[in-house]
Amino acid sequence: MFSNLDLRQLIFGRLTLEAIPYHEPILLGTFIAVAIGGAALLGAVTWYGKWGYLWREWFTSVDHKKIGIMYVVLAIVMLLRGFADAVMMITQKALSVGASEGYLPPHHYDQVFTAHGMIMIFFMAMPFVTGLMNYVMPLQIGARDVAFPFLNNFSFWMTAGGAALTMLSLFVGEFSRATWLAYAPLSGAAYSPGVGVDYYIWGLQIAGVGTTLSGINLIATIAKMRAPGMSLMKMPVFCWTTLASNALIVTIFPVLTATLALLSLDRYVGTHFFTNDFGGNTMLYMNLIWIWGHPEVYVLVLPAFGIYSEVTSTFCSKRLFGYTSMVYATMVIAVVSWLVWLHHFFTMGAGPTVNAFFGIASMIISIPTGAKVFNWLFTMYRGQIRFDVPFIWVMGFIPTFVIGGLTGVLLAVPPADFIVHNSLFLVAHFHNVIIGAVVFGVLAGLQYWFPKAFGYTLDPFWGKVSFWCWLIGFWVVFTPLYILGLMGVTRRTQHFDDPDVQPYLTVAAIGVFIIMAGILALLVQLVVSYFRREQLRDRTGDPWGGRTLEWSTSSPPPPYNFAYTPIIHDLDAWWDMKKRGHDRPLEGFRPIHMPKNTGTGVILAGLSTVLGFAMIWYIWWLAALSSAGLIATAVIHTFNYNRDFYIPAEDVTRLERERTAQLTRGVGADA
Amino acid sequence: MVLAHPPIARRARGSWLRRTRRGLVPLAAMGLLTGCNMVVLNPSGDIAVQQRNLLIASTALMLIVIVPVIALTFLYAWRYRASNAKAIYDPDWHHSTQLEVVIWTIPLLIIIALGAMTWISTHTLDPFRPLSRLAPNKPVPADVKPLTVQVVALDWKWLFLYPEHGVASLNEMAAPVDVPISFKITSSSVWNTFYVPALAGMVYAMPGMQTQLHAVMNKAGDFRGQSAHYSGSGFSRMNFGFRSLSPQDFDAWVAKTKASGTRLDRDAYLKIEKPSEAVPVQFFGTVENGLFDAILGLCVEPGQMCVAEMHHLDRSGGAGEASEANRERLEYDSRRGRSGDESPAATFPASGRPPQGSVQPEGMMPRDQELSRGGVNAPKSEPDQGQGNARPGAERGPAPAQLNNRPSDRHQH
Repeated sequence: MFSNLDLRQLIFGRLTLEAIPYHEPILLGTFIAVAIGGAALLGAVTWYGKWGYLWREWFTSVDHKKIGIMYVVLAIVMLLRGFADAVMMITQKALSVGASEGYLPPHHYDQVFTAHGMIMIFFMAMPFVTGLMNYVMPLQIGARDVAFPFLNNFSFWMTAGGAALTMLSLFVGEFSRATWLAYAPLSGAAYSPGVGVDYYIWGLQIAGVGTTLSGINLIATIAKMRAPGMSLMKMPVFCWTTLASNALIVTIFPVLTATLALLSLDRYVGTHFFTNDFGGNTMLYMNLIWIWGHPEVYVLVLPAFGIYSEVTSTFCSKRLFGYTSMVYATMVIAVVSWLVWLHHFFTMGAGPTVNAFFGIASMIISIPTGAKVFNWLFTMYRGQIRFDVPFIWVMGFIPTFVIGGLTGVLLAVPPADFIVHNSLFLVAHFHNVIIGAVVFGVLAGLQYWFPKAFGYTLDPFWGKVSFWCWLIGFWVVFTPLYILGLMGVTRRTQHFDDPDVQPYLTVAAIGVFIIMAGILALLVQLVVSYFRREQLRDRTGDPWGGRTLEWSTSSPPPPYNFAYTPIIHDLDAWWDMKKRGHDRPLEGFRPIHMPKNTGTGVILAGLSTVLGFAMIWYIWWLAALSSAGLIATAVIHTFNYNRDFYIPAEDVTRLERERTAQLTRGVGADA
Repeated sequence: MVLAHPPIARRARGSWLRRTRRGLVPLAAMGLLTGCNMVVLNPSGDIAVQQRNLLIASTALMLIVIVPVIALTFLYAWRYRASNAKAIYDPDWHHSTQLEVVIWTIPLLIIIALGAMTWISTHTLDPFRPLSRLAPNKPVPADVKPLTVQVVALDWKWLFLYPEHGVASLNEMAAPVDVPISFKITSSSVWNTFYVPALAGMVYAMPGMQTQLHAVMNKAGDFRGQSAHYSGSGFSRMNFGFRSLSPQDFDAWVAKTKASGTRLDRDAYLKIEKPSEAVPVQFFGTVENGLFDAILGLCVEPGQMCVAEMHHLDRSGGAGEASEANRERLEYDSRRGRSGDESPAATFPASGRPPQGSVQPEGMMPRDQELSRGGVNAPKSEPDQGQGNARPGAERGPAPAQLNNRPSDRHQH
């Protein structure tokens, strides 16, 4: 057995120099850019001696606010990567018509569209939404942190580890070409040999641990840590949508984990769950992955709905219309979203009764969704609407989203779906709802809560530039794609024979560059706002005339969020407090019990990432070592009893005095 | 067709502006909807026409609620802008039972209508259901027998077998106008979708399984068919021609196919089944008996056990220890490795081809390879200690290029 043992393979597994794609100019260029940028960043951190600061104050932090910010930073970084993929896809499509081949061979193009879908959902939308939920929800319920602060830190680093592994596939080996859901049997060992699908599996499995744990954490926080007086029906709508979204997460992510585990068994051990032979069932894979995949859409969109509700009532200076019906609509959407997965494959040939059931169930979702839209409308009715940047995103959202809903209902009618399924019409539809609802929503949330997190509002001029570029760019990209879908053009094609499609694809490519301008404007906005932060400073902690508790504390909030736990009497607690002339307590502060930072999350996630890398490349010794390390670290961490500390009363008093000074200065500045 | 009306000349009245507008709206609609050859909205087969009508009807139903919503959004945004001192401001108005009833009922009613439409149409337009009409008010005549076409999706081309005529064709199919076609669809390796937009909606083609589609083409002409479900590197060029012919022309097409003389037997099938892209049209004059059933049973290769036989064994309680001997006869997905070919689109480390790159995997047309010549990334012909070569006979160390890709890996001890 050991006669043909090869030392090189024993050490490096199947990893050799061939894995580095330095023959590919696009990747080489990317690598050089990343290397230079990365070296500059690391160099700057070293030069300014900030490693200790970053490690102590951020990487090991268990503060939900800092973790929320780290999630959003991760999401923005991954947005740039996923968007670069989008630019490559659409330019390739626009160029590769007729005799022309474009610049991406199928082999590369297939990786690009797989990576685009997977990254945008798992590493852009998910961290963005989770980051906002993490930051805002505990503040809205008057809590000092989440229920399990260490778990929160660990969850973030697992997500980041999965993202890092996915990014690594650019420079070591290659990425999956089997679509963002890795449809079997294409994703099996026989039809996708090599490391691509393994990168996909391990990237998702590692990030999935983080997502599931974070879901449990946020549910526990809402269940157990609401301020006294805040009954469930006095909770802000964003907390309700957070609850619904995380309830979905904890029920569906285990399905994803199990499905990918079965797929890995097929690939690594030779089982036959999703193969063609030995009774494997590829239709089972399709069902399982969409049992996760469909509710996932609502995991993303429900918190976005929550953001729209908060922003609408704040900027209309009016209580949200139909709060109760809003809450029920949210929960109905969450429940029904479990029962509609089959509409992603009406064309598989299930009987008409099955198809009709799932089609009608999908349409039923549009009833509570429609009710929500009307509720936003009637919140605007008899309001006093201020068109600040967060609210113009709502104005962009409503028309865009209802048109996405319209095309969605078309796709829910099975015979109509048969003629547009898997076409660019479908692609346009889901971008219409994911960009129109989720991305617009998180960007609205970013503009809305940024002053809370950093103490200054974002520059409105660049915010508006960004909004208009996004909105116009979106329609310029996706209107042609709707038309192309009606011309019978399918998705995921790298080349087109028919020259008629080129004008539409060219328009779409122009639109992508308009969206790019929107993303650049967003980055410019962040930089400009940083330099203008003194003019944009928010001293009141309540820059928008807010209604919920997060606006009752300072911007940024102190580490303990609230010196005194607020007592809730009404929905829109802060509005209620302002109306009743509430006085901020100025003395009698007591020491505050807080969780202590720990590096365990970073270490565990780092080891998991190494384990994933080792498994991808068959470096068995490293996989064994990192697994042992994971178990050992987890065990050692259980013996760490040094987990909490008290913020002394003097510190609280000092911080609250500073806030008092700031508030009076703020009043002076206004006058 | 429905939307393709040229503007109807009207009696001149009203201002020139109104007149111009009246002319412009249908013109714009026409330009948008027919100027670009929207086959989905303008199909030629009865099934696709009914599906298109459903698309338009449900759009119209949805617009009942969507147009007012969009209009109200802008109306309220304008009327209740903070600078408008004349508008009523009522910060505590947040509930109205009547309104709540209305906003839940309107979508509910629309969905009830749409749901009824869905239930009925899903049953009448079920692709597995034999046709009852050729066109509106034109039932299938009693003497017309449907044409059976067996469709096999291969890596990356389409094979059509005509069991009633004993012929077959690759990447082109033909059918007589106004005769119901009964498709039996399967695939050889991964999933695809059989889709002729002008004819009818799509149905998945899945290996080891058979799906059906019943449709009819009402116009003669050349149409395009394609796969709509991504199936690997050669997917973009997985198109075929659909020729809708008059009965005489169809007979001539069959005769021409018969005259080609090429025989499609198991060996020929196994050759064309290997991955290849942009394959020119081919005709087969004769077809080996039972070939489609063998394809469906994953047992074209001599000695393979068909799926049906496996199911039969399993149903009768399994073969016990003897089933170990059946193992190799059931290996299907790994057939590429066994025959000495690479898996479709295999690259490093499963084959000698570099990752990411411009060197095309097996079965793909050559593309610009200038950028990747030379160096360690050049395609290898020599086995590389199992490090990047799936060819048989390659020495396999403790870290194979790919686990579970070749049956021999598992059976060696």
